[in-house]
Amino acid sequence: MALTIKEVEHVALLARLELNADEKQTFAEQMGTILDYANRLNELDTDGIEPLSHILPVFNVLRDDEVKPGSPREEILSNAPLLEDQQYKVPKII
Amino acid sequence: MSKEFETVIGLEVHAELKTATKAFCSCTTTFGAEPNTQVCPVCSGFPGMLPVLNRKMVELAIRTGIALNSEIPEICKFDRKNYFYPDLPKAYQISQYDLPICQGGFLDIDVDGEQKRIGITRAHLEEDAGKLVHQGDITTTPFSLVDLNRSGVPLLEIVSEPEMRSAREARAYMEKLRSILLFAGVSDCKMQEGSLRCDANVSVRPVGQKEFGTRTETKNLNSFRSLERAIEYEVRRQIEAIEDGEKIVQETRTWDEEKQQTRSMRSKEEAHDYRYFPEPDLSPLKISREWIAAIASNMPELPVQARRRLVEEYALPEYDAAIITLSPDYLEFFDQCISIYNDAKIVSNWMMSELNRLLNQNNMEISDCRLKPADLAQLLKLIDDGSISGKMAKTVFEEMFKSGKKPELIIKEKGMALISDEATLISLIDGIIRNNTKVMEDYRNGKEKAFGFFVGQIMKVSKGQANPAVVNKLLKERLSQ
Ligand SMILES: [Zn+2]
Repeated sequence: MALTIKEVEHVALLARLELNADEKQTFAEQMGTILDYANRLNELDTDGIEPLSHILPVFNVLRDDEVKPGSPREEILSNAPLLEDQQYKVPKII
Repeated sequence: MSKEFETVIGLEVHAELKTATKAFCSCTTTFGAEPNTQVCPVCSGFPGMLPVLNRKMVELAIRTGIALNSEIPEICKFDRKNYFYPDLPKAYQISQYDLPICQGGFLDIDVDGEQKRIGITRAHLEEDAGKLVHQGDITTTPFSLVDLNRSGVPLLEIVSEPEMRSAREARAYMEKLRSILLFAGVSDCKMQEGSLRCDANVSVRPVGQKEFGTRTETKNLNSFRSLERAIEYEVRRQIEAIEDGEKIVQETRTWDEEKQQTRSMRSKEEAHDYRYFPEPDLSPLKISREWIAAIASNMPELPVQARRRLVEEYALPEYDAAIITLSPDYLEFFDQCISIYNDAKIVSNWMMSELNRLLNQNNMEISDCRLKPADLAQLLKLIDDGSISGKMAKTVFEEMFKSGKKPELIIKEKGMALISDEATLISLIDGIIRNNTKVMEDYRNGKEKAFGFFVGQIMKVSKGQANPAVVNKLLKERLSQ
């Protein structure tokens, strides 16, 4: 079942996406299809089954608390669209 | 505050854990470095990078849980909290949602001589965000700058039950929590540097009403004082609003230190939906009971134990013991002092009055101060053996605090030593008696007050340096000759 346009707008806002009317319509249908598919899981009987928190049976993958050098600043900042004083320059958000 | 309302406060405290490296990468956590020099692809949120959990971070959280009487569940896991903000490079924060590392717990606070137990709901692990620096005037500048050195630093968020009923209780809770974290050695708790931060959830309700009122969350509380003031302000504001027939809006507010008021941070875009989901890049944690026992067996002395020790071993009043155990450095100072000078109550008095006054005046912690415990002990010995008066000792103490010099040196430099030499005092006393023969007659005729006059004169002439005990003895002798 397709999502309502309002639901698509809400998700778009959370994702900071600007959608035009056509896109909203398209996504309402596509997301509806995806949800319908996921909804099939609800048909299974999961009584008495522990919720899964990780897909693999691994636990306690841990690292010792030992400092290793990070990356050179120029390298890390080389992808920044805007820079000032060795920092990322971004539109102000309060 | 109006009488018919009751205040309800719960606190969310973020403590930076004292690890050498970040939560999910091996970058250093040292404070104060040049911007973006302690970063790597993981903590800068480059696509495809994988986090690996820091063992020490987990152990410090377990240690905190033990100190806060929490339950450490056998399984805990990490989740993604999704939101967009420029200081959060991945656009999600790794946190813990439904299976946190510490569940429940409590701590005890003292307010007005009464002890009260405050419940702890939970404590969960998460990573810190980077730092946003606004350039120039915040209202006009169109840009902010981002420094990611702090991004990924391990945090423990400790959430209290809404069980505090006044700003003072909230402050006492915060102070107690800080002392526990310090004693347990899990955080530096430097509020000015942001390694201990606090958000306050505040609501009011008519006395007798069961349901809570609508609450607001006030952020940006980076000192005990601003915590107390912000809560007091918020309580007043909410009561006034209700009495004016307005509705309290559930919202996030910020404390404006300059204006001393809270201000709404609401924006029309506000859509709080963090869409938590399990972090697929981190495995869950299985915490064995053996692991907890090993950590518990290495716990340092906690405030509650230290306090009992002070009361039982040194017979200190509960009040003194509570103040001395507010920080491990403070207790260490006391312990060192008492190992040299054994009157605990006198040491405690000097710490709580003179030392505290100077620390507060200079906005300093005991660890920043140059005064050494052995030197305070020595000063107290000098008072006892009559080398210096108690009053002068306070002046000497101030100088010790400022310069870190030894008390004997200051007394010598300033010529403050008491005069106890009998010959010197006798010539002084005789001179004064000679110049005041009428008063001497009065004394001999039974006018007791005249004795005080002579003592006053001797103190004046000696600039307060005549040893009072010796003066008393000699004056009696000379007057009766
Ligand atoms: Zn890193």
